[in-house]
Amino acid sequence: MDTTSNTINSAGLPVEAKPKLRRFHQARWDEPIIFQLSQSGQRGILIPPTEQSLAESIGGELDKLPPGIRRATPPALPEMSQLHVLRHYLRLSQENLGLDLNVDVGQGTCTMKYSPKVNDQLASSHKLADMHPLQHVETAQGVLEIYWHLEQILKEISGMDRVSLQPGSGSSAIYANVSMVRAYHESRGEGDTRDEVITTIFSHPSNAACAKTAGYKVITLYPDADGYPDLDSLRAAVSERTAALLITNPEDTGIFNTRIHEFVDVVHAAGGLAVYDQANANGILGIIRARESGFDLCHFNLHKTFSTPHASGGPAAGASCVTAELAPFLPVPIVERDDDRFYLDYDRPQSIGKIRPFTGVGPNLVRAYSWIMSLGAEGLRTVAETAVLNNNYLLYKVRSIRGVSVPYATGKRRIEQVRYSWEELFADTGVHSEEIGIRAADFGVHYWTSHHPYVVPEPFTLEPTESFSQADLDEYAAILEHVANEARTDPDLIHNAPYNLPVHHIDSGALDDPTQWAVTWRAYLRKHVIGKL
Amino acid sequence: MTVHPYIPNSDPEVRARMLRAIGAESIEDLYESIPEGLRVEGLLNLPEPFVAEADLVRHVEGLLNRNVSTRDAVSFLGAGCYAHHVPAVCDEVNGRSEFLTAYAGEPYEDHGRFQALFEYASMMGELLEMDVVNVPVYDGYQAAATALRMAGRITGRFTVLIAASIAADKRSKIVDYLKPDMGVRLVPSHAESGTVDLAALREALNEDVAAVLIESPNYFGVVEVDIAHVAEHAHQNGSLFVVSADPISLGVLAPPATHGGDIVCGDIQSLGMHQYFGGGHAGYIAVRDEEYLVEQLPSRLFGIAPTSVSGEYGFGDVAYERTSFAVREHGKEWVGTAAALWGITAGVYLALMGPQGMTEIGETIVARTRYAMKRLSALPRLRVHHLGSLHFREFVLDVNDTGLTVAEIDEALRSEGVFLGKDLSTEFPEFGQSVLVCVTELTTKANIDLLVMLLEKVTKV
Repeated sequence: MDTTSNTINSAGLPVEAKPKLRRFHQARWDEPIIFQLSQSGQRGILIPPTEQSLAESIGGELDKLPPGIRRATPPALPEMSQLHVLRHYLRLSQENLGLDLNVDVGQGTCTMKYSPKVNDQLASSHKLADMHPLQHVETAQGVLEIYWHLEQILKEISGMDRVSLQPGSGSSAIYANVSMVRAYHESRGEGDTRDEVITTIFSHPSNAACAKTAGYKVITLYPDADGYPDLDSLRAAVSERTAALLITNPEDTGIFNTRIHEFVDVVHAAGGLAVYDQANANGILGIIRARESGFDLCHFNLHKTFSTPHASGGPAAGASCVTAELAPFLPVPIVERDDDRFYLDYDRPQSIGKIRPFTGVGPNLVRAYSWIMSLGAEGLRTVAETAVLNNNYLLYKVRSIRGVSVPYATGKRRIEQVRYSWEELFADTGVHSEEIGIRAADFGVHYWTSHHPYVVPEPFTLEPTESFSQADLDEYAAILEHVANEARTDPDLIHNAPYNLPVHHIDSGALDDPTQWAVTWRAYLRKHVIGKL
Repeated sequence: MTVHPYIPNSDPEVRARMLRAIGAESIEDLYESIPEGLRVEGLLNLPEPFVAEADLVRHVEGLLNRNVSTRDAVSFLGAGCYAHHVPAVCDEVNGRSEFLTAYAGEPYEDHGRFQALFEYASMMGELLEMDVVNVPVYDGYQAAATALRMAGRITGRFTVLIAASIAADKRSKIVDYLKPDMGVRLVPSHAESGTVDLAALREALNEDVAAVLIESPNYFGVVEVDIAHVAEHAHQNGSLFVVSADPISLGVLAPPATHGGDIVCGDIQSLGMHQYFGGGHAGYIAVRDEEYLVEQLPSRLFGIAPTSVSGEYGFGDVAYERTSFAVREHGKEWVGTAAALWGITAGVYLALMGPQGMTEIGETIVARTRYAMKRLSALPRLRVHHLGSLHFREFVLDVNDTGLTVAEIDEALRSEGVFLGKDLSTEFPEFGQSVLVCVTELTTKANIDLLVMLLEKVTKV
């Protein structure tokens, strides 16, 4: 054999270099609905039996029930062996794309970052998992100390004076903040007259929706030509009816509102409060704080900025941070320290009361604390700087793709994310942004357009957090470029996507039709199977 | 600068290369839009970090080890958070990276999440005998509060009636959440039975009442056996009947829908979630498949849909235009990240349990609860309230005649490794010194006998 030749030898080596894009194919198990896996008589788990002596001593308690109160027939749940349950769910899990498996920079505004495994382990300890929230505080000193320290840390990061860790998510924290705004104005006799909340279109929809749910009329500011929320519109909107401004900065465009303090001042001058939605804090940790911008309240999404896993859409955790003036209105209880002893204070007469049961989402509070404690002040600053560097690098890569535009703030750097537009590509090819995303998923990544309404036409929003490498960012940009080229050469290829995913193109026509939609299997059987027999 | 394991591009060489590529001199250039006056000077004042994983583990475990968990003790605590067995498969599934670290992908690459949540809703639908169940909200408090706001929007009325046998914290959440639209009035319970006072309810009903909310089992663990009559009165008044029920009771108790419940809601923590110091909660809201009800739900609803391949199940959002994601403040309340992974987990739990498991666990809990009530009520100086009523999992133990406070007894028991229940003395002063005791399938006869023995000893004159 000629060992000096470069030609491929009989064993097939050397292997040719991988192509630039992955030949990805997600698992496709074609898995039935779980009821179809049921086999009569199978058991997935057994229950501790009632001790015979116990049963004998009480007689038949359930037999004494009036008719109709005892369930007549067992619930029609599937009957499966344990392995079959496990296998079904493992197959479904393989048909789902977690952050750990992909270059997750496409879910903009969501701050998809690595959730360290060690923090999952810590949160799973029975010293947390099996803690009852109403245990005597003497038996819960460890978890209370963690909560207390996490509050001190978030005070420093926000510059605010007190923090509640009770909210279950970002939106829950927004609602808590709006409730506190209402309680504050009520305490000053202005509860009825201050009935308007102002927000911006590039702030999360929950700002508008929570304010409305809390009884406020919502005024929404739109961007000026440069993409900044319009200060003149704010001046025109404020009045003695203004309860608060709810605003994000940087907004979901990644553009930092340089006049934010003026916005706050305008609202304060009108007697309103300024509430900072810090969902987009990842690029500004340790760079700016709510306090220096003049805010009265703010909130963090611990599942975004502070790394707790997104959990397929929760459990999450939120933190509401307030100035001393607003602190009396915080939800009860709050964690207090007395020398080296930690306790819960419920005696807060001006409190808005409860936002959720007990004291907060324990496992995520422990994870957030652990994450911060693995980084420290310098590490947090590196997080922010790297998120911003990654974003501007990805911006540089993506803006060069033909058909992409980057509306607003031309030539300026962005903070941690960018809202792009495929307007030009759509005009050329008729391919929508949503369709680009579905095709991009064929290469093993997520992609997200934008919240509604689409102020930016054919939008997409990328947020490459500190977790991703340069090669990751290059790969993501290459996927977008490839799909954009496909759109130009073969638009039907995009219209008919996906090809490499667990399911093919979905016909969603029935989902808005009350006679057709089926939110449960029983509804599906009733509407589409039994009725047709 | 040390390269941090969570931050690949913290490597100075990589940073320099990337900065060069984008034409920036330094990281500082990227922050040019942030005015100096708003900047933090220097570094934040934070504790020294534990950058090595081993050191972090030592630190955090050191703190957590100061806790005494319900595994280190015998716990009779409930009151909204319950120590049920969590099957290993539940933790296995919700610990999978694919579910744990996913978020908001499309029904294509996140097909598994959509199917798992559709199946969760479907299994809950079987338990509840209702055709529409939401993707979970935060917790049972939120579920009840939203159910009542839904009733307000449907009826256009301004008051809700709530049975007074409800946790004070849950009432607090409801009052705060309903404030913009509706007021809350409480309907008393019968002192003897602990069930809602039907005569008082009838009297309280008027044309302002949007909904009646009953919990069954209620906060005192009492099953509301007259529930069908409550429904009848509510419906005659043009009000909606909202029932909050812990789904773990529905293997033995008839689903509220069969008694006239229009909106059924509750917490699913019992279905496979650890207590997590209160972090294991998620809420369900179920309605009949009628458009006027479905349209009022704020949550996401995942529906089944065909794909371009015959016989393939796809999924998608049902009636998305209801939601604040679609139409901001014009949606129904709001929707956001809540507790989807706990929904998936509850689905796993129900699939493991099956019809027989749900029946058996209900029977075991009812039997153990009755045994504990019987033994404790036989002790001198102790009383069990509502003794003649059917209880599920909880009951009120009255220690007024012992001359001791609940706090004193609790302290004595704690030193013996037993956590007594929730002290009701400030929450329900009408019971004086009383405690809400909880018994689950994990509470053995030996555990109950230990409680009896210790209480006998502690309360002996």
